[in-house]
Amino acid sequence: MTGVPLIEVEDLRIDLDDGSRRVAAAEGISFRIDRGETFGLVGESGCGKSITALALIGLLRQPLSIGSGVIRFEGREIQHLSAAKQRELRGNRIAMIFQEPMTALNPVSPVGRQIAEMFVLHKGKSWREANQLAVEALASVRVPAPERRVKDYPHQLSGGMRQRVMIAIALACGPDLLIADEPTTALDVTVQAEIIELMRNLCAERGTAILMISHDLGLVANVCRRVAVMYAGRIVEERGSADVFRSPSHPYTQGLVASLPRLGSRAALGRTRLKEIAGVVPAITAFPDGCRFNPRCAQATGICRTVAPVADLLEAGGLVRCHHHA
Amino acid sequence: MKLRANLIIGGALFALAILVGLLAPWLAHTDPVLDANLMNAEEPPSWTWWFGTDDQGRDIYSRVVYGARVSLTVGIVSQLINSVIGVALGLSAGYWGGWWDDVVNGLTNLMLAIPSLIFALAIMAVLGPGLTSLLIALGLTNWSFTCRIARASALSLRSQGYVQAATVLGYGDLRIMITQLLPNMLGPIIVIGTLGMGSAVLSEAALSFLGLGVRPPFPSWGSMLSDARDQITTAPWLSVFPGLAIFLTVLGLNLLGDGLRDILDPQSRSRRS
Repeated sequence: MTGVPLIEVEDLRIDLDDGSRRVAAAEGISFRIDRGETFGLVGESGCGKSITALALIGLLRQPLSIGSGVIRFEGREIQHLSAAKQRELRGNRIAMIFQEPMTALNPVSPVGRQIAEMFVLHKGKSWREANQLAVEALASVRVPAPERRVKDYPHQLSGGMRQRVMIAIALACGPDLLIADEPTTALDVTVQAEIIELMRNLCAERGTAILMISHDLGLVANVCRRVAVMYAGRIVEERGSADVFRSPSHPYTQGLVASLPRLGSRAALGRTRLKEIAGVVPAITAFPDGCRFNPRCAQATGICRTVAPVADLLEAGGLVRCHHHA
Repeated sequence: MKLRANLIIGGALFALAILVGLLAPWLAHTDPVLDANLMNAEEPPSWTWWFGTDDQGRDIYSRVVYGARVSLTVGIVSQLINSVIGVALGLSAGYWGGWWDDVVNGLTNLMLAIPSLIFALAIMAVLGPGLTSLLIALGLTNWSFTCRIARASALSLRSQGYVQAATVLGYGDLRIMITQLLPNMLGPIIVIGTLGMGSAVLSEAALSFLGLGVRPPFPSWGSMLSDARDQITTAPWLSVFPGLAIFLTVLGLNLLGDGLRDILDPQSRSRRS
């Protein structure tokens, strides 16, 4: 864990241009991921976690753009690279898998060809070699009878199989970083567990770092060594994933942890209402002054409404952005 | 199984038309141009003259057989030119958007506003009559529908997960257009293409009728129909047989297009099996 981190984001600000003005959809985003590390980005819909991932791979499109900040990949700034240079990184060094394995595969192309294309595109292999490698790639994600399956079209595969194919495509070129954006949301729970397990094992074997994006705190904590919790475009807390559960510091994280349903809680405590965080996430154009969580926070005081908290380092490691943190 | 029937019948009709065109010298009974004999003028169909003869005593059967060459060449080649132009413009416009989309849209509207036959006529007037100018004129004037379809498909496909996934995986624009967008819009393009071939056959007839197509003594189905117009009451076989040839060819093309669409859509393929 020494030396240059694999990817380092420093004070990233992502602008949303709504025609008349620019507002920050995310700001002050800083984190680093070391080689082979697993890092989770958690938050509710619209908190800016997915656009942060898009910014990393240089795929923000109008009306979104990088306002300021630095993204370094292996110590090299990549946010201003040319389109062609960025393309060399994408898929080859940084790969991504998506929420919807149903739609992320081309319906008119056999899956083997879609895997093989990665080798042709990034590794300059011939189609003959690439097709052979595609069979191996499919075998590595534990698809049975891969030499027959390569000829299948996506609609002939189940959701779990498709996500395996997506993983095979993403890991085909041996990337250094795999971004997984809600990789299992569309799958049922037993398949979810298999896919997560597969992804974790493959990445551990190959030393691929994972940036996992999810709204599911439990899932992320299970996969990742470190977790950053985002709220309304800012990272409010970043901790080792065990610490997040044991002693959440930020009131928002506390609320999230408290609102997780626990198996057996009804037997132990009787019929209780699941905890919730009062209020709704503010719209991007109407973020409150000060701490963005203050309208929903039980501990909010005067300072929370006027001054945005800075990131405080915690003694136990990690950081939190709150005036009143424990 | 019904889905396969149109493919087989359509393919057979189209293949038959192509075969007739290719094998014309062996299938024809007489030379379509030179073997005129006024002694045999306007014979009705019989064992000697299968499709009858025209007012100059030329064998209609032989002329229909040779006419397949012109009609099919014009139909296929000009529609191929149209498809390539239409797909290239529409696909890139839909995918890239922006000023290029505006330019292509303007051009398409311009083409739709001018009747394509009039435009083709103008091009023919500049290039002069003949097969090559016919191909160019019809090939440059009928791409607007293909372009519209390609643009609309590209617009909707652009936001599909797999197109975005391809971007994320490092595909370049051209590769995305060719490997991701094009195969997914091929169905409607092919259907439009086959219909276009039919209409190109008809446009060729119209231009030939106006003396701008293939030079008169050499037969094309279109020019034969035009020539036969005056004698439709006295010698109906002059119009019936070239008309039938056009009808069967266009029918075959449409059935073929339908069948191909069924094959190219993997979802309908698995439904059938």
